[in-house]
Amino acid sequence: MQKELLKVTDLKQHFPIKGGVFGRTVNHVKAVDGVSFTIYEGETVSIVGESGCGKSTTGRSILRLDEPTSGQVEFDGKDLLAFSKRQMRKNRKDMQVIFQDPYASLNPRQTVRQILKEAMTIQNAVPKEKQDERVIELMETVGLGKHQIDRYPHEFSGGQRQRIGIARALSVDPQIIICDEAVSALDVSIQAQVINLLKKLQREFNLTYLFISHDLGVVRHISDRIIVMYLGKIVEIADKKSLFSNPQHPYTKSLLSAIPSVNPDQKRERIILTGDVPSPIDPPTGCRFHTRCPFATERCATETPELRTSDYMKDGHQAACHYIEEIESGLHQVKQ
Amino acid sequence: MSEPAIQQPATTPPQPKKPSNLWMENFKNFYKKLRKNKAAMIGGFLILFFIIVAILGPFLTPHDPDTPDVVNKLQPPSAEHWFGTDHHGRDIFTRIIHGMSITLYVGFFSVILGATFGVLIGIVSGYYGGRTDSFLMRCMDVLLAFPGILLALAIVSVLGGSLRNVIIAVAIFSIPVFARIVRGSTLAVKKLEYVDAIKALGASDIRIIFKHILPNVTSPLIVQATLSIATAVLTAAGLSFLGLGAKPPTPEWGAMLSEGRNYLYSAPHVAFFPGIAIVLVVLAFNILGDGLRDALDPKMKK
Repeated sequence: MQKELLKVTDLKQHFPIKGGVFGRTVNHVKAVDGVSFTIYEGETVSIVGESGCGKSTTGRSILRLDEPTSGQVEFDGKDLLAFSKRQMRKNRKDMQVIFQDPYASLNPRQTVRQILKEAMTIQNAVPKEKQDERVIELMETVGLGKHQIDRYPHEFSGGQRQRIGIARALSVDPQIIICDEAVSALDVSIQAQVINLLKKLQREFNLTYLFISHDLGVVRHISDRIIVMYLGKIVEIADKKSLFSNPQHPYTKSLLSAIPSVNPDQKRERIILTGDVPSPIDPPTGCRFHTRCPFATERCATETPELRTSDYMKDGHQAACHYIEEIESGLHQVKQ
Repeated sequence: MSEPAIQQPATTPPQPKKPSNLWMENFKNFYKKLRKNKAAMIGGFLILFFIIVAILGPFLTPHDPDTPDVVNKLQPPSAEHWFGTDHHGRDIFTRIIHGMSITLYVGFFSVILGATFGVLIGIVSGYYGGRTDSFLMRCMDVLLAFPGILLALAIVSVLGGSLRNVIIAVAIFSIPVFARIVRGSTLAVKKLEYVDAIKALGASDIRIIFKHILPNVTSPLIVQATLSIATAVLTAAGLSFLGLGAKPPTPEWGAMLSEGRNYLYSAPHVAFFPGIAIVLVVLAFNILGDGLRDALDPKMKK
């Protein structure tokens, strides 16, 4: 049995909307609304979903970059949300983050050396006299040259900056790294390089990744397990193989059917969704997807489906839909 | 059709690049842009000149600024007395030169004092947000609600008239301006991902504020400081004019202007020269401030 590294239980992140004369809270944006999952040591779990579905917010809440509204985040047996700010600071060493925008994620006024040394100093990860040595070692690990140590971020390309970001995350020897759209801002050839770098680092340092992305191609390449989110809730969790070969939730089906096929002869059923994602301020009742789901019935509008599995689904494959069996067996047809 | 390829010796060996200095590079860029703005350059050089005069001037003037010479009172400008003499027969040119250091001292000190507090309030307000922010900003609004000179006047009349109290008064009324500007920039900078990254590393708030936010809000600060010095000089002169600042016989320009007021018809030069001196200093700081704003504003890049 693998060791549970990160366990998220019923995580909620509601952002207040202020309005009125005295800035009263008039409503909440329910960015993340009851999300539970577990990440085991050494694996890569991806969260996918369209913009605004709460995938980045989930990552930020786990790290307490935004304080979650409620729920539990257990890391290595420790309840992160119970920590005081000071305790949390000490524990941040084990969980690091790589951001999307390589241009905004580095302080423009610090050299690579300063950036990495500061990271080490904050966590006391490396004694002062060994820091320079370690900086060079880290730079070589992520594929940067020793001669670039005293350069400023603006002297690097996007891919190189992302490598600096990775080096910074590695500098404190974390156990888990949350990659928040870590390669989305890079062009495709660089994406591949950075992803391969991440994979290499995972093998070398036994890292665990929570990989947040909207890019199914990238996700397919890197993950072991995949979480699909829609409007603040998880609609499907499965290992990579089951998810891509046998998606259960209608939303996942439509998401996967949007990937262009390499084989022109292969006929695929394309599920095209209509309408926009409903507002997370006032999400639909019942199943949140029912407003756009081609299979939706009245039951979907009233009853909220829980994540569940069925006999034929393998390896912890779970989906949150009332009709997974019927859709699978073809009994439940798309409404015309 | 196409432009000729960039003429670069292709054979240059990949030289080990010298550690580049961001500050120097930024400064060079900034100076290049500033140089195009003639008014700002004139303002800058005037200020430099004023500072030199303030330091060296008092050693070079031929007369004593405070010794009365009643026989020669209210003399018009002449070769002996370049700017004439006042009602006590003191040389106005000498007094203006001696007053320069007082003016600049008041200007710089009150702004440094005001900016220090303003920056602290603004950065705390912007960084922490929420109630802290509301409370601090409402306090600033209260200060802003008073017209500047009125607030300074009130403070000086409470504290008592002296040059030190003028500095305190001017400092207090420049706090809200700085607080607002810094709060705005802080709000923008704290949303950047590198602040989150450093937070995720476990940095303390103090470290984030002083090492990562403060250095990135300096440009609007410099502009505002320059413009504030002009206001400070003007307010300080105004207070002295009203008799609340420097006490005679201190050669303070506002006070000199006030004394000259009585002889505006018979000897206009007594009021004219201190007035011109104030105008020049204020103008110099203002045009430099405007020029700095243009040079430091990234959106104005051409």
